[in-house]
Amino acid sequence: MSVDVQRRRMLCASTGIALCAALGAGLSARAEEKVIRVSARKFVFTPSEIALKKGEPVVFEFTTQDVFMGFNLPEFKTRSDIVPGKVMRMPLTPDRAGTFTFLCDVFCGDGHESMSGKIVVT
Amino acid sequence: MTIDRRQFLKLSALGGGAVFASSLAGCASMSAGEPDFYFVQLSDTHWGFSGPAVNPDARGTLPKAIAAVNALSVEPDFIVFTGDLTHTTDDPVERRKRLKEFKEIASGLKNKTVHFMAGEHDAALDNGAAWKEFFGETHYTFDHKGVHFIAVDNVSDPAARIGEEQLAWLKADLARQPKDARIVVLTHRPLFDLAPEWDWATRDGAQAIDMLMPFSNVTVFYGHIHQENHQMTGHIAHHSAKSLIFPLPAPKSQPKRDPIKWDAAAPYRGLGFREVEAEAKDAKYDIKEMPVVKA
Repeated sequence: MSVDVQRRRMLCASTGIALCAALGAGLSARAEEKVIRVSARKFVFTPSEIALKKGEPVVFEFTTQDVFMGFNLPEFKTRSDIVPGKVMRMPLTPDRAGTFTFLCDVFCGDGHESMSGKIVVT
Repeated sequence: MTIDRRQFLKLSALGGGAVFASSLAGCASMSAGEPDFYFVQLSDTHWGFSGPAVNPDARGTLPKAIAAVNALSVEPDFIVFTGDLTHTTDDPVERRKRLKEFKEIASGLKNKTVHFMAGEHDAALDNGAAWKEFFGETHYTFDHKGVHFIAVDNVSDPAARIGEEQLAWLKADLARQPKDARIVVLTHRPLFDLAPEWDWATRDGAQAIDMLMPFSNVTVFYGHIHQENHQMTGHIAHHSAKSLIFPLPAPKSQPKRDPIKWDAAAPYRGLGFREVEAEAKDAKYDIKEMPVVKA
């Protein structure tokens, strides 16, 4: 039995059902968290095509060793800065299927206009 | 002899030019004594760009446009450049060289009343530092014959924000205007979400539009998207201008916003500048699109 599950059972016994349910949901979500790692450099995202499942929560982790950039997914009205030397996290649960464009929304030089990719949600 | 600009535009339109009338609501306090006037908008000249497939005359197009403006039969009251005067470069020395060359070419305009604005290609990589050395502040106002012009900088921040400081400046400026003032906003990027998938937006543009919304006579002229586009946000009209380097496809008409290739059978197609006539009587603006070279 994992430490997490042991702690969960002990807490359930001592703090009641409501708190137990809430804590259980949080742990469950964390256990299922799917991480999509995306690196950015002038003027490409890697990967530039990302497959996701409708309703499946994911967390993007953005990194760059280059200049300050941005990741913008307009159809889902969400974005993140991409900061050199940091891991930037952005949660997303796609609520519809389709192909959606993402782009760099921080001007980063000659070639910025072509810095984009697509997310395919099935 | 007094030349009637409206009559002139109508006659010109018969020769093939398109006139777009941007009707605005009536303006009760418009000064009856203010005369009509017109100005010329040029945009997105991208001096320093090289790409023979989309413009084999990259170094010749701007001088041709300057010559075309100088040849207008009626001299405009003033001229505005709505940004991307130069094409971007990572090299600060080259950036200044391009800005210097652009300024020298633009000095060939007969009309010396010229208002310059920055685009992200000019200003985003150094927050407008080089641009300011040549052209001064990136946001400013001026008044002309009863119209209040506001130049808004949404490019010096590489994240395409106007920014809190400039928004506060805008708010203070608007507080001094009557609600029926004739206001023209000049900017580079669209203030509204025209096509965020193509970076054709201003991240905090909605805040500027909200500030402008209480004013009954507001029109926005901008560049960035290298084509004519006319849209409304409420009662505010937004008119984008053609480029003088290469046209871009219609918003979201294809997966990527790749430049439209040069057509040797129709050189300079999709490029041009515009005349904007401000009519005092009806508080409206007539727009006439002009080619770089006449067929």
